[in-house]
Amino acid sequence: MSTKDPSRGLLVSPIRNGTVIDHITAGEALNVLRILGITGSTPECLSIATNVESKRMGKKDIVKIENRELRTEEVDRIALLAPQAKINIIRDYRVVEKKGVEIPKVLKGVVRCPNPGCITNTNEPVESTFEVLPKGLHCLYCDWLIKDDIANHII
Amino acid sequence: MRRAKVTKVIIGVGHGPRKKGISGCGANHYSGEKRGFVRVMAGGRSDSGARTPAGLKTPEGSRTMYHIISIRDFERRDLDYLLDRAREFDTGEYLPEMLDDKLVALLFFEPSTRTRMSFATAMARLGGRSISVDSVEASSIVKGETLADTIRVVSGYADAIVLRHPKEGAARLASEFASVPVINAGDGAGQHPSQTLLDLYTIRQSMPIDGIDVGLLGDLRYGRTAHSLALALSLYGVTLHTIAPGGLEMPANIALELRERGMEVIEHADVQGAIRELDVLYVTRIQRERFPDSASYYNVASSYRITPDLLAGVRDRLMLLHPLPRAGEIDPAVDRTPYARYFEQARNGVPVRMALLHEVMK
Repeated sequence: MSTKDPSRGLLVSPIRNGTVIDHITAGEALNVLRILGITGSTPECLSIATNVESKRMGKKDIVKIENRELRTEEVDRIALLAPQAKINIIRDYRVVEKKGVEIPKVLKGVVRCPNPGCITNTNEPVESTFEVLPKGLHCLYCDWLIKDDIANHII
Repeated sequence: MRRAKVTKVIIGVGHGPRKKGISGCGANHYSGEKRGFVRVMAGGRSDSGARTPAGLKTPEGSRTMYHIISIRDFERRDLDYLLDRAREFDTGEYLPEMLDDKLVALLFFEPSTRTRMSFATAMARLGGRSISVDSVEASSIVKGETLADTIRVVSGYADAIVLRHPKEGAARLASEFASVPVINAGDGAGQHPSQTLLDLYTIRQSMPIDGIDVGLLGDLRYGRTAHSLALALSLYGVTLHTIAPGGLEMPANIALELRERGMEVIEHADVQGAIRELDVLYVTRIQRERFPDSASYYNVASSYRITPDLLAGVRDRLMLLHPLPRAGEIDPAVDRTPYARYFEQARNGVPVRMALLHEVMK
């Protein structure tokens, strides 16, 4: 990381190719990495900024991942944790695509049902399926409702 | 407006997400579109996933197939339609050979007496035949076979499947893999729609359901019959009175759902304080295994016991219902009072299940 303009605070150096996930809900950056499967032992070159001041959000987190572009199902998972996140695809230092995240109406194989008695927590050949409601995530198999702590249930 | 939960089902090829159902299968009894059954096209291609107007033409060579999975899939008119049909079967307005070329598979992976026997009886009364699996031990499940595979195999034997399974959502899963209709006969602590229908049917025998006061007494946390019934009653403008021991109260998310459906839910500390306000008291079994020791179980169970003394001053039309089996919640002396309707309720399982079996296989 390098500081470009101290008067504006700490900025993270640009990446040549990869993805910048901006406007992550403050404190969720590490959970975003977890659901992307990025750990200390994976090869990605990472930059993480947490609790960065944001005009729009007050505070936010930022993650930069070099040489990796996110798949749709990964974006779905991020949307659950950080519904205001912005995904920037970077190629040759330039933002070639900038998009918001959107929580799909139905999440398939994204969240594990917390109900131990749910048929999706067995060896049956089905993926968990949740519909996204204003009050939470509703399991379409057992009707369980996940109202909070969604990050801990993301597969 | 109801939510379309999932979009399509592919039959005979594989499986896909489920579709909340609509049909126009009511024949002469039901005009207009019908919701409430999970509807798929069998023998052809999958349904489009959108709401389907009445009179929809099915793809050539296909037929419309219905699953009965959860009371949440039903709207008021679906319930009324099935209750009307059940009444016809109850009063003998049917032909005893209506299903004489049909075979139903009764897959019961959990113990059951009334539900299994009443489905078998209903099938026999319509001239049909039944094959059954009565336990996990007697099935290939012990060899590690998945329910999905079992369902696909049995779909090749029978014209419909009645499933009881210890896991919640099992019937929903089965409906995705079956090429024949699936009727949920209880999935874990989940849904038991045929029980709810016979509960409603029993109430409607005595009074219109609209606007009455119904009490739910007992284990409202784990009792699937109580949850299903409460959801169904929310479609009838019923005021719900809940009476449950500490720790066995109705789960907050279900109480919230009922209130979101516009239902008035009143919690009572004890049955004495509620019983004189009720038209129906639905008693459920308090399961001993929910308590750490026998003493605490007996302590709670005795305070929720219905006795003849308790019935002094109740409304004349009060009905006492219980899904049975009972384990001391109702004093046998109550059986001789005019309020006791639980054996009649159990008997009503037959015409209601005749209506369901006929509906999915006709």
